[in-house]
Amino acid sequence: MTPAGVLAASAASGDLFVAQNVFFGVIALVMIVSAIRCVTTRNVVHAALWLVLVLAGAAAQFILLGSEFVAVTQVLVYIGAIIVLFLFGIMLTKASMGDDDSVAGEKRLMAGLVAVLLAVVMGIALVDSYSDTRVVIDEPQRFAAVSDAIFSQYIVAFEAVSVLLLAALIGAIVVARKE
Amino acid sequence: MILNQFLLLAAILFCIGVYGVLARRNGIMVLMSVEIILNSVNINLVAFGAFRDHVAGEVFALFVIAVAAAEVGIGLAIVLLIYRNRRSIDLTEADLLKG
Repeated sequence: MTPAGVLAASAASGDLFVAQNVFFGVIALVMIVSAIRCVTTRNVVHAALWLVLVLAGAAAQFILLGSEFVAVTQVLVYIGAIIVLFLFGIMLTKASMGDDDSVAGEKRLMAGLVAVLLAVVMGIALVDSYSDTRVVIDEPQRFAAVSDAIFSQYIVAFEAVSVLLLAALIGAIVVARKE
Repeated sequence: MILNQFLLLAAILFCIGVYGVLARRNGIMVLMSVEIILNSVNINLVAFGAFRDHVAGEVFALFVIAVAAAEVGIGLAIVLLIYRNRRSIDLTEADLLKG
């Protein structure tokens, strides 16, 4: 069947153009363009603002996948806290404000080559393994199920993460403190 | 929805992040690229969680978010320290351990 035929058949069965897929496409496009702008723009503050778009797009994808709790956490922790931390870091290191001329030519070529090769390998592997696997989301995940799992099955990992956060907090203060 | 659309999006974001880590010399830009990589991993985790209809994907996505927050805190502290000692956050200049 030709691609146009596949498209028409899917559209006839109401498969391809459902609202979820349209929104997925729009959000994915925004995410990819923002991510590319984020890693290529010369202005570091602009890069942080492009990063906000990537993170917000990821939150939207989590909602599409039916897990609102992760989406809300993403907005609170990433957009609320980490971006502010980045902006403070940019402001405290004055050298990085404004233009960043460090996007070197030769390095950029090699990095682009590595990224494209990686994309091709992962793309082939994914298309080979999951080409027609479907995600069926009949209802959103309930908060209760997630918290039950965290506080029963994964309690050790949860406690380890809390100790890690404390250690990171103290470590950051010790490292950045003036003598 | 097809599972692969999420996985391919995550793969593309991962590669963009890898490009950023390799090509940028500004320490803060490298940290931002690492954030893009961690986010693509989170999309993968949540997509597989939805596919298997299991909460483990979401639980570990939450753990990744928490660890990423710790990583950014420590990373920015180190970048700040490099800036204070060298008046520059160009990572190619931080090569004291290079033989």
